[in-house]
Amino acid sequence: MRTTTVVIGAGHAGLAMSHCLTERSIDHVVLERGEVANTWKTERWDSLRLLTPNWQSRLPGFGYEGDDPDGFRDMSETISFIERYAEVISAPIRTHTSVSSVRARNGGYVVDTDRGGWQAKTVVVASGACAVPNVPALAVAIPTGIEQITPKEYRNPDQIADGGVMVVGASSTGTQIAAELQRSGRQVTLSVGEHVRVPRVYRGRDIKWWMDRCGVLDEGYEAYDNLERVRNLPSLQLAGSNDRRTVDLNSLTDLGVKLIGRLAGITGGKAQFSGSLPNLASLADLKMNRLLNTIDEWVAQNALESVVEPAQRFETTRVDASPPLGMDLASGEIRTIVWATGFRPDHSWIDLPVFDRKGRLEHEGGVVEAPGVYVMGLPFQRRRKSSLIDGAADDATDLSAHLTTLLSGGGPAAA
Amino acid sequence: METATPVDNGVDVEALLGAREALTEAPEAAQFKWRASCKWINGTHSRSSVKSFFGLGEEQAHRTEFTFDADHPEVFASEDKGATPTELILAALASCLTAGVASVAQHRDIQLRSVTATLEAGMDLQGILGIDGEVRNGFDGINVHYDIDADASEEDIAAVVAQSQKRSAVYDVITNPTNVSVSVN
Ligand SMILES: Cc1cc2nc3c(=O)[nH]c(=O)nc-3n(C[C@H](O)[C@H](O)[C@H](O)COP(=O)(O)OP(=O)(O)OC[C@H]3O[C@@H](n4cnc5c(N)ncnc54)[C@H](O)[C@@H]3O)c2cc1C
Repeated sequence: MRTTTVVIGAGHAGLAMSHCLTERSIDHVVLERGEVANTWKTERWDSLRLLTPNWQSRLPGFGYEGDDPDGFRDMSETISFIERYAEVISAPIRTHTSVSSVRARNGGYVVDTDRGGWQAKTVVVASGACAVPNVPALAVAIPTGIEQITPKEYRNPDQIADGGVMVVGASSTGTQIAAELQRSGRQVTLSVGEHVRVPRVYRGRDIKWWMDRCGVLDEGYEAYDNLERVRNLPSLQLAGSNDRRTVDLNSLTDLGVKLIGRLAGITGGKAQFSGSLPNLASLADLKMNRLLNTIDEWVAQNALESVVEPAQRFETTRVDASPPLGMDLASGEIRTIVWATGFRPDHSWIDLPVFDRKGRLEHEGGVVEAPGVYVMGLPFQRRRKSSLIDGAADDATDLSAHLTTLLSGGGPAAA
Repeated sequence: METATPVDNGVDVEALLGAREALTEAPEAAQFKWRASCKWINGTHSRSSVKSFFGLGEEQAHRTEFTFDADHPEVFASEDKGATPTELILAALASCLTAGVASVAQHRDIQLRSVTATLEAGMDLQGILGIDGEVRNGFDGINVHYDIDADASEEDIAAVVAQSQKRSAVYDVITNPTNVSVSVN
């Protein structure tokens, strides 16, 4: 089969790209191994809500239709939202079609699937930035009696053995799962590495509203000389809930969660934790205050003091003076370990020389070096918001424009 | 207070940034080996020296050999011919963090006027003397206090100190476990 562009993945990112290609009359197909919004249907836990408010899921040609712009969608609402988008834009989707390889041929690409191959001039990889949960190498040393689970498999507390849980990782996923398991009556110990703290609500408005207004989310990748660092920043400690509560380390401590340092090693069945917790907590506090300063400055510049609530600073993160540095994993205190240690994409099926020495897809703002190959949805790929639903519109617009120019130049040269 | 003269903490940030770029391209060159040797002199007195190291793909050397005497004070029935090894650890931590403070401040355009670190570490001798098996040999914690006079807000100074911990080798060595293998002859 032949087409001009093959888009791989029918999450919001692939769909946004499909819409932009349709607008530009570029013949294309969207290949999806499962169904539309597959990741949201099969890889998320039951209680999850989007951490971005409803108004903030702005896809190209499609905005929020309901009457609760400040609410947070649960999983079924998120799925219907993406399904509805696919319908509204009439995306040419082939579901249950799994891509097994992308190869260069005759100045274009061959995309192999379990339902036949495609020949295309250009390829857009929109297979998701969070395809594989990271599990640190030291996990192999965890004693066998302890169950291990990743957020991709975690659904709800009923899955988890009674008894203590260690959640490793204190970003968006880790803090939410830690809170849920602690509320379920289990003692949770949260191992805290580098993290980004933000309040849910500041000066009476949602933090995402402020970040949107102040332009923080639109910051472009060109402005950063150390892209490696910003692309690897952990997700915000943030969750969507009806009561708009903040999930930071202090709120978890109040729930009864025990905070310990970063899991640094396991020897002879004993876990060792880093002594860096006080510094990581203070780095996160300082960084949060810099964001709040940015917001305050923006308020002042726009003379909005009378419209919004007064500026405020939050209690610094409380950490024990000497949290435990070790834990005997054989003692039975911990029955389950949850690896909330981030995610990475799976691009293993791309058979092109486009990877860096650490096996990561190399790209310049989503433009891959193999001419005509693009990627969507990676962290900070063009803008701070690139990996968010709200980031797809601008990125798809830019990249579809690039793709169109390339096609009008006579088609890509062989890679 | 704004100063007209450019910020100068004596750190060549350009060179450091250049090195980061170069070593990103050539990760092999980033592989360093640090070395020290130590000779027993008498009693608890020993002398360590450092001269050669490996890095940037080849053997390197300090301009001169540096030596460090270590001993124990008279309350340990020693002759006190040098710092205790545990004090050398504190010195190493302080020097590493302080070098970081200067570099990060330079990078962030903050002029330092004075930087003083004061360190204290608690230790229960019942550990090393084998009196109580539950007491650890090493420190039960380390407190580092910085007095910094610089052209920056309190928050910015705190951020420099926090960042220097994040990037410090000795801080990492102390706060995280490290495998140590010791062989003889
Ligand atoms: C726990 C969690 C919560 C999040 N919450 C928010 C939030 O609140 N707000 C927000 O804006 N963002 C959020 N994100 C970030 C981001 O929006 C999601 O990760 C989103 O799913 C990314 O969309 P995507 O289209 O890039 O990828 P995905 O939604 O993962 O879609 C990729 C699609 O590609 C398909 N696919 C993969 N490989 C192949 C293949 N080889 N062949 C065919 N098809 C393939 C998959 O089945 C999938 O349907 C969250 C992420 C996570 C992990």
